Amino acid sequence: MKLAITISALLAASTDAFSMSMKADTGSSSRRNILKTGAAIAAGVAAPAVSNAYSVPDLLYPFDALEPYIDAPTMKIHHDKHHGTYVTNINKATEGKEEVPILDLMADALEATPVRNSGGGHYNHAFFWDELAPHDQASKTKPSAELSAMIDKSFGSFDEMKAKFEAQAAPGAVFGSGWVWLAVNKAGDELKILGTPNQDNPLMKGVCDDIYLPILGLDVWEHAYYLKYQNRRPEYVSNWWNVVNWDKVNENFDYVCKNHVGVSVRG
Amino acid sequence: MTAGKLIIPSTLRAAANLRSSSMPKEVAKKAAAMLSSAPSGGKHTLPDLPYDYNAIEPVVSAETMTIHHSKHHNTYVTNLNVTLEKLDAAVSAGDVSTIIGLEGALKFNGGGHINHTLFWENLCSKDESEITDGPLKAAIEESFGSVDAMKKDLSAKSIAVQGSGWGWLGLNTQTGKIEVATCANQDPLEATTGLKPLLGIDVWEHAYYVDYRNVRPEYVNAVFDVVNWKTVEERLVAAK
Repeated sequence: MKLAITISALLAASTDAFSMSMKADTGSSSRRNILKTGAAIAAGVAAPAVSNAYSVPDLLYPFDALEPYIDAPTMKIHHDKHHGTYVTNINKATEGKEEVPILDLMADALEATPVRNSGGGHYNHAFFWDELAPHDQASKTKPSAELSAMIDKSFGSFDEMKAKFEAQAAPGAVFGSGWVWLAVNKAGDELKILGTPNQDNPLMKGVCDDIYLPILGLDVWEHAYYLKYQNRRPEYVSNWWNVVNWDKVNENFDYVCKNHVGVSVRG
Repeated sequence: MTAGKLIIPSTLRAAANLRSSSMPKEVAKKAAAMLSSAPSGGKHTLPDLPYDYNAIEPVVSAETMTIHHSKHHNTYVTNLNVTLEKLDAAVSAGDVSTIIGLEGALKFNGGGHINHTLFWENLCSKDESEITDGPLKAAIEESFGSVDAMKKDLSAKSIAVQGSGWGWLGLNTQTGKIEVATCANQDPLEATTGLKPLLGIDVWEHAYYVDYRNVRPEYVNAVFDVVNWKTVEERLVAAK
């Protein structure tokens, strides 16, 4: 059973590896895993018992693709080191446990601090990378008709939503470190802007007044912007809109409204 | 003049400690600060560092100290003053709801000002950083067994802070013992825990990101080389 899972994981991973090698080298951890697993299979034994349930998904674009709004050094350190550490730690915390998608760990994350911090960190960052795109691609996207309608209904207008989002992202509003989310309620008929501290997110029971399903999120930990913006967080926030891929946000929106569950992430 | 009581000793200190040719500028800045200070209970001002921005290199770079002091701490001071003005207005109007609503901003900006003021004062250049025999060493040994044991405890807990916050050595005035504590965000130690602050270590990412990137443990361990143990001892003696 374990061997079958390992083989299918190997096949899936090797497909990813091929397409990943076409992009800039963004993280060789999954390729290392493939080699390790492949060697184990070749040796005729099951892969070692260290949990490799989670991995840092490669970015869909090179590190410098979001320049000048988010700088390449930040993307590299943020992805490889910060996200990498969350993945290492959630793997440690889930060692020996049944492998489930990271999304499935979110609802009860408050029950175990490592899952809350590292599992949350993994989910949040995996969610974040995929909502971003290079500006020349992102600038051609916009909220769908359905999403626009719900934005207008919930906030009055897109600009009012944007202003509320930026206010929530201002220093002090979400405490020192945290995330700001645009999220749909469980019923799928209202949008809310929520700030959550540290690596919490609205999918976790007990964090907000109810469960909400994020469709767009922004990391306002200092590591997300410090190299380029230092203390100028508002400037980072207003520049970030330039690399938001609304096609992905629309996709998230359709999914959560239809299924009433959170968006799945890669890794 | 109560504002003057705070400023004059630090002016003298600045004048005595300043090695660079910027002394006339420093004195002029202090004079301007004295003139613009409101009467007691009025505006707070950014305190000058008791040393040059490069004084604790290579542990923390001049670049970090400059941004940390002149931007981050300065913003807390500015926003604290704004919040206090709003508080004054709300108190005058008897608007309890607004008073309560300002609680977060007060804790965040007031705490930020308190914490950073304490922080600058408990740092010094490497060659001035030394724990000598005295009440502090005795208290540390009594509370932790040894100075090394204390450092191990304080650094482990400071490193483990989730997100933004501070690591502290504080005096428990009820037990007389020194304790390690951590606080989230800019929550000030004494108001939050009752402990009297002796030594603070800022573990917000802005305190170390330029120099150490994500490697907070390296920063925390290095900071011990530039702790002004004299100041820490003075605080202990004053708090007892």
